[in-house]
Amino acid sequence: MSQPILQAKGLTMRFGGLLAVNGVNITVSEKQVVSLIGPNGAGKTTVFNCLTGFYQPSGGEILLRGEPIHGLPGHRIARKGVVRTFQNVRLFKEMTAVENLLVAQHRHLNTSFLAGLLKTPAFRRREAEAMEFALHWLEQVNLTEFANRSAGNLAYGQQRRLEIARCMMTRPQLLMLDEPAAGLNPRETEDLKTLIGLLRDKHDVTVLLIEHDMHLVMSISDHIVVINQGTPLADGTPEQIRNNPDVIKAYLGEA
Amino acid sequence: MSSTPFSKQLKTAVFSALLVVAVAYPVLGLKLTTVGINLEVHGASATTLWIIAAAALLMFIWQLVRERIPLPRRTRSTGALPITRVGARLTEPATQRWLILGLVCVALIWPFFGSRGAVDIATLILIYVMLGLGLNIVVGLAGLLDLGYVGFYAVGAYSYALLSHYYGLGFWICLPIAGMMAALFGFLLGFPVLRLRGDYLAIVTLGFGEIIRILLRNLTSITGGPNGISGIDKPTLFGLSLDRRAPEGMQTFHEFFGIAYNSNHKVIFLYLIALLLVLLTLFVINRLLRMPIGRAWEALREDEIACRALGLNPTLIKLSAFTLGACFAGFAGSFFAARQGLVSPESFTFIESAIILAIVVLGGMGSQLGVILAAIVMILLPELMREFSEYRMLMFGALMVLMMIWRPQGLLPMQRPHLELRK
Repeated sequence: MSQPILQAKGLTMRFGGLLAVNGVNITVSEKQVVSLIGPNGAGKTTVFNCLTGFYQPSGGEILLRGEPIHGLPGHRIARKGVVRTFQNVRLFKEMTAVENLLVAQHRHLNTSFLAGLLKTPAFRRREAEAMEFALHWLEQVNLTEFANRSAGNLAYGQQRRLEIARCMMTRPQLLMLDEPAAGLNPRETEDLKTLIGLLRDKHDVTVLLIEHDMHLVMSISDHIVVINQGTPLADGTPEQIRNNPDVIKAYLGEA
Repeated sequence: MSSTPFSKQLKTAVFSALLVVAVAYPVLGLKLTTVGINLEVHGASATTLWIIAAAALLMFIWQLVRERIPLPRRTRSTGALPITRVGARLTEPATQRWLILGLVCVALIWPFFGSRGAVDIATLILIYVMLGLGLNIVVGLAGLLDLGYVGFYAVGAYSYALLSHYYGLGFWICLPIAGMMAALFGFLLGFPVLRLRGDYLAIVTLGFGEIIRILLRNLTSITGGPNGISGIDKPTLFGLSLDRRAPEGMQTFHEFFGIAYNSNHKVIFLYLIALLLVLLTLFVINRLLRMPIGRAWEALREDEIACRALGLNPTLIKLSAFTLGACFAGFAGSFFAARQGLVSPESFTFIESAIILAIVVLGGMGSQLGVILAAIVMILLPELMREFSEYRMLMFGALMVLMMIWRPQGLLPMQRPHLELRK
């Protein structure tokens, strides 16, 4: 097993009297697909929000390659290479697909004010590269023909794919997908599975996944973490999880 | 179609008719006076009264029958007219560029043939175009509702006025200084308030605008209080004054070129400066739109959370929009001071902010050609309708309401640039 890229130790999140996440430990190793599963309201998205800096966790620590990142604002964490999608698609709907991808490259572009005003050669070159990169990913997610369509007008499955492509624009180390298969039909889910596999194997991205589609989770994950009512329930390979009595009980209720 | 019961329609109709009568009285300037125990209508001829009665009757009938007349129903779901093909062509960036080029040529040539008054009004329009374009960055692109934009305008105007009054600096030196001063104010204001959003931001900026104005009025020792500062120098043309008599050590334009003094020259010169400033503004904003920062502004307007998740710093991006917007207001302000030769706090009341905002909304958020058109409409209409000056605000309001009903997206809504893909 390779070194862990992300480690959450004893992650706790409290909203007033409600303990939403209680002592969750997650270890994500490099180039793995790790899934976070659990019944509705188990606190999966809250864990995501803590990891990406949208919430400040009340306790515990989060290490990105050994470097603590808890307490940093969201955009700082994103710059360190932890990028996420959202449960409900959050594209820039009025902007075109390719513009969505360009915005995400903001940090890699020449943002100097004067360079842009004067259109210096360096500025043009960077813009051209950004365009190239965006096109490459549009191809990867099969959206090339929709490049100039406004993102809000794309079909739902296409929007999902565009959102993943947009994340890839930031050259992430860790991609966090919050229910990427929600609302997709079986064929689109199958495509998604291929895409996630491609991200891991070809683009060296580590993926942390929240998903309810067990078929997808079991077939693609290298490792699965189960949480129930904010507390960790199980942790292991898909095979181990499938046969874990506690997990079955949590999902199906007591027999 | 007429699902509403007749009695209800009747009620609406009567009410509408009464409303017409009630509104007609103040609008047409009728006065009710008590004479003894009777009420008498003053200031009205018989015809006016008949017109009111006819209007009320018409309204009554219209309300009754409108449900029955099969009107071509528009789809209400989108809340907007489907943009016609000509309209779409008009709003394409490429077409807009040609249109703007054409407008510029016309704008450059016509003042030499136009009347002095017209050129003067055109200069005023150009000031508002500049303000509208500046505010367009903040409201139209970055989506930050700024109701105190006039504050930055005032900062720009007073920067030049004070520098000219106390230190005798010329317009061309003060122009960038005024822009920077306004930008600085924008930056300082933006820093604490930009974590607010929507309505809260609007209120804080509204307060800021008022604070600036009241400050200027009460700092009597420096700004001259309500009297303002007068005798501000006009811009010079490479050191040539356009006045009849040049101040010490300067030469006048007409002496230098050996032509007779013509007071029109000064007006045209001011107009050309304004045009130059507007063109500069247009150029900068056009470039900005195609720069990463311009895209980031729009992305931020659409979804702040997604921006954060992608590693964009929302505060910094908002701040840049706010600062740049303020900077353009500063330019406009210093030019305004130079043109008037007089600044007073009363030039920077809230209604100015409202007019500038109206220009942006009317023109179509984010659309530059739209802003130019809207500025022309908004400034020209009141000027053309000087005779009806009492109804000016009424027409203003009516125009706004009609626009919001028929074209909520503005005169010429913004269209996304089409990015060419390389195969």
